[in-house]
Amino acid sequence: MPEGVPLVELRNMSVSFGGVHAVNDVTVDLYPGEIVGLVGGNGAGKSTLIKTLSGAQKPDSGEIFIDGKPVAIHSPMDAKNLGVETIYQTLALADNIDAPANVFLGRELMTPVRTLDDSAMEDATRKVMKRLNPRFDNFKVAVESLSGGQRQSVAIAKAVQFNARILIMDEPTAALGPAETEVVRGLMRQLKEEGIGIFLISHDIHDVFDLADRISVMLQGKLVGTVNKADVTMDEVLAMIIIGKLPEEVTETELEQLRG
Amino acid sequence: MTRLSTAPPAQGEVEEGSRRGLLKALEIDLRVFGMVIALVVIVIGFGFLTDGRFLQPVNMVNLAVQSVSVAVIATGMTMIIVSRNIDLSVGSIVGVVGMIYAVLMARVLPDLLGFDHPLLWVIALAAGLGLGALIGGVQGYIVAYIGVPSFVVTLGGLLIFRGATWLVTRGVTISPVDPTFQLLGGGPRGSIGGPASWVVGGLSCLAIVALLASGRRQRVRFGFPLRPMWAEALIGTVSSLAVLGLVWLFNSYKWPPALAERHAAETGVAIPPGGLAAGIPWPVVLLLAVTLVMSFVATRRRFGRYVFAIGGNPEASELAGINTKRTVMKTFILIGLLCAISSAVATARLDGATLDLGEGYELYVIAASVIGGTSFAGGIGTIPGAVLGALVMSSLAYGLSFMGLSSPIQDIFAGIVLIIAVAFDTINRRRKT
Repeated sequence: MPEGVPLVELRNMSVSFGGVHAVNDVTVDLYPGEIVGLVGGNGAGKSTLIKTLSGAQKPDSGEIFIDGKPVAIHSPMDAKNLGVETIYQTLALADNIDAPANVFLGRELMTPVRTLDDSAMEDATRKVMKRLNPRFDNFKVAVESLSGGQRQSVAIAKAVQFNARILIMDEPTAALGPAETEVVRGLMRQLKEEGIGIFLISHDIHDVFDLADRISVMLQGKLVGTVNKADVTMDEVLAMIIIGKLPEEVTETELEQLRG
Repeated sequence: MTRLSTAPPAQGEVEEGSRRGLLKALEIDLRVFGMVIALVVIVIGFGFLTDGRFLQPVNMVNLAVQSVSVAVIATGMTMIIVSRNIDLSVGSIVGVVGMIYAVLMARVLPDLLGFDHPLLWVIALAAGLGLGALIGGVQGYIVAYIGVPSFVVTLGGLLIFRGATWLVTRGVTISPVDPTFQLLGGGPRGSIGGPASWVVGGLSCLAIVALLASGRRQRVRFGFPLRPMWAEALIGTVSSLAVLGLVWLFNSYKWPPALAERHAAETGVAIPPGGLAAGIPWPVVLLLAVTLVMSFVATRRRFGRYVFAIGGNPEASELAGINTKRTVMKTFILIGLLCAISSAVATARLDGATLDLGEGYELYVIAASVIGGTSFAGGIGTIPGAVLGALVMSSLAYGLSFMGLSSPIQDIFAGIVLIIAVAFDTINRRRKT
């Protein structure tokens, strides 16, 4: 377990939709320069949990701490102002506008006479892209004409442009081919080096094992547990995901059955 | 990182670079460029069919003035459709606001202030604009905040405001309007005159050069790729010549001799040998101003950017922290204001308000916007495109009626053009992806 004050901590979060506990008393945390994988089956509640941090979902109860201090997040803008940036599964790009307009959407740079400063936005986007994806060269076309990997670069640029300290990535490689997946993995390692904390939500256990430092597993809205990747095997994590048992509880027969 | 490759550029881009080299260097919006060509072809085509009579200045001026009412609203309709909504109530808003203009100027205000009060038209115009904005605001609120589909809300509005138009006067036509207000309707008296037209033309040329220069300066400031100098010069020259050509056209439209003499006697201007030039009609000046302001709002302001973003991906816009509800409501307030402006022009041209003022506008306005390249899927459309769309529609209608074809035949042609324009667009977009 890492030492010191966590960058972000979600403490005792609960969200319910009409009597169904989508998230039930879950506590997770994240340290600077760390990637925490958040895994679980469909409907396990991982996306809902993370939306309470990104400001897209109001929790019924629970607290959020950033740098050990309690914070109030009521809207996506609140989260962004606290350095929390989210890259959504569906990319959350407006397909009909260009990359700089997407990167700065909702936070446009303005000229002194209150008009859009498109040149300044393009310049800043070119700079951040030089760091993320140096081959990216389509700054003037609608993002719908870009490849999946390029679009993902735009989505990531959108997050890191504003000095994000906490990054939430929801299935960042789900829509990508193998080469593009590798680009995004490289990006994530690079951001981690820069001291950014990343919550990685993924179905792909290989993705998580490749990238994460710790893994938090959810099942039916509850946290099964959080483990250090170095201490567990992939089968043990699968057992957590599917039958909700921690590595120390699970029996050899159950693991055999899972390998099936 | 460096050893990893991203996807190669799409093949289409590479081809385009060589095949469309000239247009690419010019960085012209192909869609708008195509519309201008289509418009010129239509006008010249009618010129051929009528042995040139169609091309007489008086016809060109009438055509331009006729398109103003639809074109003004079409700029707003483009923003509405871009944000994935629709407004079917525009014609009825034009009707009810027009009735208010006429009642205020012909009945209410003269009783209060006297017939010759100089502020008569100002008060009436302010009241009409306020009413337009209010109607738009209420409909926009119901669409954005309560979540009733805009098709339903504005279909209701279409019925409500047409009914309200009748209620204001129990169906009686109201006339006349204030003489100053009448200027908005065009005609020789409602034009700005020859010298002022050349001034407007000259200023427009300066503005074109200034825009090109400031664009280039911006790109130099950040070291972005520049358009070649010859391309800048070509664009500047061609646009300026086009502007001056239009001014020349408007100035070749002369006052009828009898009217000119009376006007000369009243104002003390001398009549030149070739006749007194009427110049650019006020409604056309108004349309120019609306087009400029709306283009500015659509492309240079946050609001415009948000309208397009909402049309492209409403969820993404919400997650980006955009107040999407307020933005949608604002688009309806805007089109309400534009309806009031359009209604002022229509009322001024008629010198009063009739019960059917603005009837059927919704269809012409939507058609103009769509012919101008606005996509019903949302997110795509331009203001100059919508204005050109209105001009294409009205030049067709004017040309056909000039050739003596009846209004049902004009409708058939308008319908065919609408479908062809959208089919053309659809095929074009499919080829691109």
